[in-house]
Amino acid sequence: MVKKSFKILAIGALVAAALFGGAFAKQKVIIESWRTDDMKLWKDVIIPAFNKHYPDIEVVFSPTDPAQYNAVLDSKLQAGTAGDLMACRPFSKSLEMYKKGYLESLNDLPGMENYSAFAKSAWSTDDGSVTFCVPMASVIHGFLYNKDLFAKYGFEPPKTWEEFMDLLAQMKKKAPAISPLVMGTKDQWEAATMGWHNIAPNYYHGEEGRKAFMAGKEGFHTDGFLKGFEALAQWAPYLPRGYKAVSYSDSQQLFTQGRGFIYPAGSWDIGVFHQMNPKLNMGAFKSPPPAGATKSYISDHPDIAMGLNHASKNKEAAKKFLAWLTTEEFASLYGNALPGFFPLHSYNIKINDPVANEFLSWRQSSESTFRMTYYKLSAHKPDAETDLWTASVAVLNGKQSPQEAAKWIECRLASWYKPHAHFYSELNCK
Amino acid sequence: MRRKPFPWHITVFLAPAVVIYTVIMIYPMIASLDFSLYKTIEGGKHVFVGLGNYITLLTDPLWSKPFWNAFRNNVIFFIIHMTLQNPIGLFLAVLLAANIRGAWIYRTIIFTPTILSVVLIGFAWKLILSPTWGIWISFLDKIGLANNDVAITLLGNEKSALITLALISVWQNIGIPMMLFLAALIRIPPELLEAAQVDGANSWRIFWRIQFPLIIPTVGIVAILTFIGNFNAFDLIYAVQGSLAGPSFSTDIMGTFFFRTFFGYQLRPGDPNMGATVAGMMLLIILIGVLIYLYGWQRRMEEVQF
Repeated sequence: MVKKSFKILAIGALVAAALFGGAFAKQKVIIESWRTDDMKLWKDVIIPAFNKHYPDIEVVFSPTDPAQYNAVLDSKLQAGTAGDLMACRPFSKSLEMYKKGYLESLNDLPGMENYSAFAKSAWSTDDGSVTFCVPMASVIHGFLYNKDLFAKYGFEPPKTWEEFMDLLAQMKKKAPAISPLVMGTKDQWEAATMGWHNIAPNYYHGEEGRKAFMAGKEGFHTDGFLKGFEALAQWAPYLPRGYKAVSYSDSQQLFTQGRGFIYPAGSWDIGVFHQMNPKLNMGAFKSPPPAGATKSYISDHPDIAMGLNHASKNKEAAKKFLAWLTTEEFASLYGNALPGFFPLHSYNIKINDPVANEFLSWRQSSESTFRMTYYKLSAHKPDAETDLWTASVAVLNGKQSPQEAAKWIECRLASWYKPHAHFYSELNCK
Repeated sequence: MRRKPFPWHITVFLAPAVVIYTVIMIYPMIASLDFSLYKTIEGGKHVFVGLGNYITLLTDPLWSKPFWNAFRNNVIFFIIHMTLQNPIGLFLAVLLAANIRGAWIYRTIIFTPTILSVVLIGFAWKLILSPTWGIWISFLDKIGLANNDVAITLLGNEKSALITLALISVWQNIGIPMMLFLAALIRIPPELLEAAQVDGANSWRIFWRIQFPLIIPTVGIVAILTFIGNFNAFDLIYAVQGSLAGPSFSTDIMGTFFFRTFFGYQLRPGDPNMGATVAGMMLLIILIGVLIYLYGWQRRMEEVQF
C-alpha cells in the first residue's frame, strides 16, 4: 500500500517537473524599442551572444517606427500589453514613465556600478537617488566630410568657425555643382538637431551656459544662445538647391553619392553611410569654435537606455538580460556593431571604426554637453524641443531673423517655465 | 377590433445593422464625446470638467491659435477641392458619357490613383517634386524657372505647400466625383437628349438645360461627400509632411492637429482628453455642414422634384 502511493507520488512529481520544467525552461522576454534599423543586428548578433550565457531565455526584439514609438508604447502600457523591457528615451519622457509607475527602480541591479553619474543622469530622478533605466549609448554631433572631394580641391577641415565659413564660401566658388553643406529643412528636426544643437554649445559654453539657462540667468535671446541662431543663419546660402524641400533621406543620399562636401552629422549616421556607400571615404571634424575661444564644446547626448516594465510577468529573466547589458561584453559588441552609438559604460572599449573613433576622441579634447532642451524644458506644452525645430527652420528658411526666432521661442518657454518667468515681461511677450 | 401584433420581423431584420452600427460607430462616438468632458490629473485619475476642455481649446492662445490655423487650412483645402476636383470631375464625366471612343480606358486610367494606397501616392509625389531627384526640377530647368525659390520647393514652402498637397489630393480623388457624375448622367433617358438634338440644341445647351438640372441631386451629394472627406482628411498630409504638418504648420489640418494632440509627437506625450475635444469639434463642424446640406439643399431638391 505504502509502496503504491509512493509510486503515484513519484509519478506525480515527475509529471509536475516535466510540466513546470517545460514552462520555466523557456522564458520569453520581449523588448520594445524605436530602433527599427537595428532589427537584424539584435537578431543575429546581440541576442545570440546573450543566449550563450542564458540559453533558457528567449529574447524577442520588437521595435516600432521611431516617430510613433512613444505614442504606441503609451497605449500598450495603459492596456497592459507592453513588452517586458523597453528602450528609454532620455530625461523627461522616461522620468514621467517612472513617475507613473510603468518603470521600475534599477538601483539594486547588479552591474549598475559600471556607469558614471553623468551616464546615469539622463535616466535618474532629479535628485539622482533612483535610476530606472540601464544606459546603453550616447550619440555625438559633429561634421562628416568627403575626404576624396576635399583632396581633389585641396581643402582642409576647418579649426574655427571663421575658417569654416571661409571654406564654405570657397567651395561655392570653386565647385558650384557640389553642395558645400548638405542639409535640408523639410523634416524640420535636422535644423535643430544637426544644426543648432551641434554648433550652439560652442557659443553658450556647454554645461556652464546650460546651467545658467536652467536657473533663468540666460535665455534663448541672450548671449551664446542667440549667437547659436545667428551662426545657424549663416548656413543658408551654402545648403543644397531647394533645401526647404530636401528631406533627411535626400541629404543622406546626396552626401553618400558624393554630391556634397560636408554633412552636419549625428554619429549614428556613420553606420548608415557605411551601408549606403561602402566606398565613401569619410572624415570628421568637430563643431568648430569661434576664433580665439579657449575651449571647445561638443554635443554628446545620452540617447538610449533600457528599462524594466513594472507589469512584466518575467521580471527575473528580464533582469538577467538587463544585468548582461551592463557587461563589457555587451558594450564592446554594441559599440562596434553600431559605429556611432557610443556605449555609456565606464569600460575602456576599443572601437574599430576610424570615423567613430574620431568622434569619440573629441570627448578628450572638448567638453561634453547634451541637447539642452531635452532636460525638463520639454516636459510641458509648448515644449522647447519642438519649438527649437520650428525656430531653427524659420531662421534657415529666412522666415525670421535670428533675433525674432530667439524672442519667439523664449516667450513660449517663459510662458510656463518658472525660472524664466521674468523674461516674459522683459521681452513684452504678451 | 383587435390591435395589430407588434411587427417583430422588422426588429429581427433591423437588429444586425443596429447592433453593429451601435457597437462600432455610435458607442465609440459617444464615449469619445464623454471622454472630452474629463481631464486626466496626476496619478491617472479622470476629473469631470464639463465643457472646460472646449473653452480651453477656443480661448487659450496655446490651443486656439493652432486650432484656428488648422481650421483655416482645412477650409482652403476644401475650397480647392470644390472649385477644381468637382467641376473637373463633372467635365470628365460629361466627356465620358458622350460615347467617345475608348471611354473605358480613360475611365480606368483616371480612376486608378483613387484605388492606390495614399502612402504610395505620397511617396511618389515626394519623389516627383524632390529638388534633388525629382522630374519636376528637370522640367523647371527646361522652362527656365529653376531659380524660382517657390517653384523648386513646392512642398517645403509655406506659400505653396498646402495648395500643392490639395492639388495632389484632387489628382488622387478626382475619380470619385467623376464616377458618381457619370452614373447620374448615364441614368438620364436618351430620348430627352435625342429630342433636344432634333430640336437643334447644341451640346453646351443640352448640358446646361437638360443634363445639369437632372444631376443636381448628385452635385449635392458630391459636395457633401467632399466636405466630409476633407474635414476628416489626414492620411495624405501625414504621409507627405509628417505629423508636424510643416513647414511651420502651414499644412496642418484638423486631422493632423487631432493626431498630434491625441498621440503626441517626438518628446511630447499625447493628451487623449484634449484629443477627444478636438475630435468633438471636428464632429461639430461636420455636423453643421451636413445640417446645412440637409435643410438648405436637400429639402429644396425634394420640393423641386415632387
